[in-house]
Amino acid sequence: MNIPFSYSLRNLWTRRLTTVLTASGMALVVFVFASVLMLAEGLRKTLVETGAYDNVVVIRKGSHSEVMSGIDRLQASIVETQPEISIGENGKRLLAKEIVVLVNLSRRGSDKPAMIQVRGIGEASLPLRPQVQLTAGRLPRPASFEIIAGANIAKRYKGGGLGETLRFALSDWTVVGIFDAGNTGYSSEIWGDADQLMRAFRRPVYSSVLFKLRSSSDFQGFKELVESNPRFTLEAKRETQYYADQSEMMSNFLSLLGLSLTTIFSLGAVVGAMITMYAAVANRTGEIGTLRALGFRRRNILMAFLIESLLLGLTGGLVGLFFASFMQLLTISTMNWQTFSELAFSFSLTPEIVGQTLFFSLAMGFIGGVLPAFRAARMNIVDALRAA
Amino acid sequence: MEQRKFIVEINHLYKSYRRGSQILPVLQDITLDIAEGEFLALMGPSGSGKSTLLNLIAGIDKADSGSVRVGGLDITALSETELAQWRHSHVGFIFQFYNLIPVLTAFENVELPLLLSGLSRKERKEHARMALRIVNLADRMEHYPSQLSGGQQQRVAIARAVVTDPVILVADEPTGDLDRVSAKETLDLMERLVHELGKTIIMVTHDPRAAEKAHIVRELDKGVLNADIQAGH
Ligand SMILES: Nc1ncnc2c1ncn2[C@@H]1O[C@H](COP(=O)(O)OP(=O)(O)O)[C@@H](O)[C@H]1O
Ligand SMILES: [Mg+2]
Repeated sequence: MNIPFSYSLRNLWTRRLTTVLTASGMALVVFVFASVLMLAEGLRKTLVETGAYDNVVVIRKGSHSEVMSGIDRLQASIVETQPEISIGENGKRLLAKEIVVLVNLSRRGSDKPAMIQVRGIGEASLPLRPQVQLTAGRLPRPASFEIIAGANIAKRYKGGGLGETLRFALSDWTVVGIFDAGNTGYSSEIWGDADQLMRAFRRPVYSSVLFKLRSSSDFQGFKELVESNPRFTLEAKRETQYYADQSEMMSNFLSLLGLSLTTIFSLGAVVGAMITMYAAVANRTGEIGTLRALGFRRRNILMAFLIESLLLGLTGGLVGLFFASFMQLLTISTMNWQTFSELAFSFSLTPEIVGQTLFFSLAMGFIGGVLPAFRAARMNIVDALRAA
Repeated sequence: MEQRKFIVEINHLYKSYRRGSQILPVLQDITLDIAEGEFLALMGPSGSGKSTLLNLIAGIDKADSGSVRVGGLDITALSETELAQWRHSHVGFIFQFYNLIPVLTAFENVELPLLLSGLSRKERKEHARMALRIVNLADRMEHYPSQLSGGQQQRVAIARAVVTDPVILVADEPTGDLDRVSAKETLDLMERLVHELGKTIIMVTHDPRAAEKAHIVRELDKGVLNADIQAGH
């Protein structure tokens, strides 16, 4: 049997000032570590929640995003007649041919411009996105200079509020409605009539075709048809996949940046833990000799000190995680580097991130504690007792 | 002539320490038999090798040559792991500075060696409680060492030493850090362990009053054991 767990725990408690200081250093690193993961996850979630599983996005092959895509009218109408498309309550197909362009808008309270995505929508665009709700005003009339603004735009951009006007494409556009799309990318978009926007921006092609599948299992067949037929230069993705792909580059970049940063920071925390643990071993040399004399083995000593330092790491981990969890209350606005448009999202804490963070903090405790623990375990009994 | 059987038999034991390139002989050709139920005091000037001899008997140090048999088993031939197990079940340690674990209560300190035995939790509690009763500290079980006097701490240490029911007890200057009253209590207690529980005690001491309690006093001088001096019994 091992040296009791409470031995390690109480030793940490006995030197609580050192414990608190060391654990704080670790907590700081853990905080950064968890925050970065939460940021990447929040971004991913925002983008993925933007899509629905049974919706299909059709874009030009190899264009990655709607902004870079272009689908001519002929191809769009062929897609429109496919049998896989669901029919809505009004007897019309649940399909929208949309156009996406980028415009520069200024934030409220500053002149700093930011790129905003403007989406030209069709009749089916709203029914296809049940998470988008008109919260004020009305929908834009076709062939008018009317638009509706996402809640985020209304709140944060000059001229984005209800009844205000925005200027782009050499025209003034009146905001006649505000829509809320929850925590999705649409909340940071401006929507207007597709044909009107195509005229205003002098763009002859659509950006994407979005439709709902009649049956979820039809997807594979449709995808094969679209992607194998040489008449088409298109690719089809489930909407969820489309947005997951959109988020991948940025969330990978964030994770990588964050993890390399925290790796460097964690060196400091690990050295801190190591110093603390070496001091603990030196202070308890006599105790180590006594335990060995009583019959405890080297590996029991090793375990006791390792557990102590793992507990130290865990303490740092829990404290860091506790503070990081408050980051969920924060909303971050940033560039979506894939489309170069503004995107608002929150830090998101998942059980997976909790697991990774605790593992990371335990790893710091382990790395900091392993050498001191080996020193403790290697001691000669008589020398240790004489040192007391 | 000697009817009692010897529990400890030491034969031609040599031990030296290396200090840099120098070899420092500490024990030279020690031969000593200790009978079961004996209370033996080892005396001698500082640095004469008393602690070293005690450590060799207790199996926490390695001899250069010669043998130490305890209960017929030559412990100099045991591996480190075997020695640890052997110490746990055969030796009780009493130290000058008690060497209690400061973060454990008196009760937990006494229970500690039992964690290495196959006893159930319930049995461990019973044994630990009984050992604390023997040293008359049943009412101090939940105290931490820092909340106990030196004499009380030494009694907890003695309870820890006897809780596994070992054959021999080794004590290195057990009264060296105690006032006169506590020292007497400690010695009386050790005497009771010999008389009532039949323990064999090997005690290193400078204290003449401690030596008086012993049945036999042996003197080490510069690593050599002098001839017997029988105590006044
Ligand atoms: N681990 C060691 N390394 C070097 N020398 C030691 C060691 N242990 C003991 N000695 C030396 O051996 C001699 C005897 O020590 P010790 O047995 O502790 O004497 P005593 O207990 O009689 O005072 C001393 O000179 C001491 O300095
Ligand atoms: Mg000594």
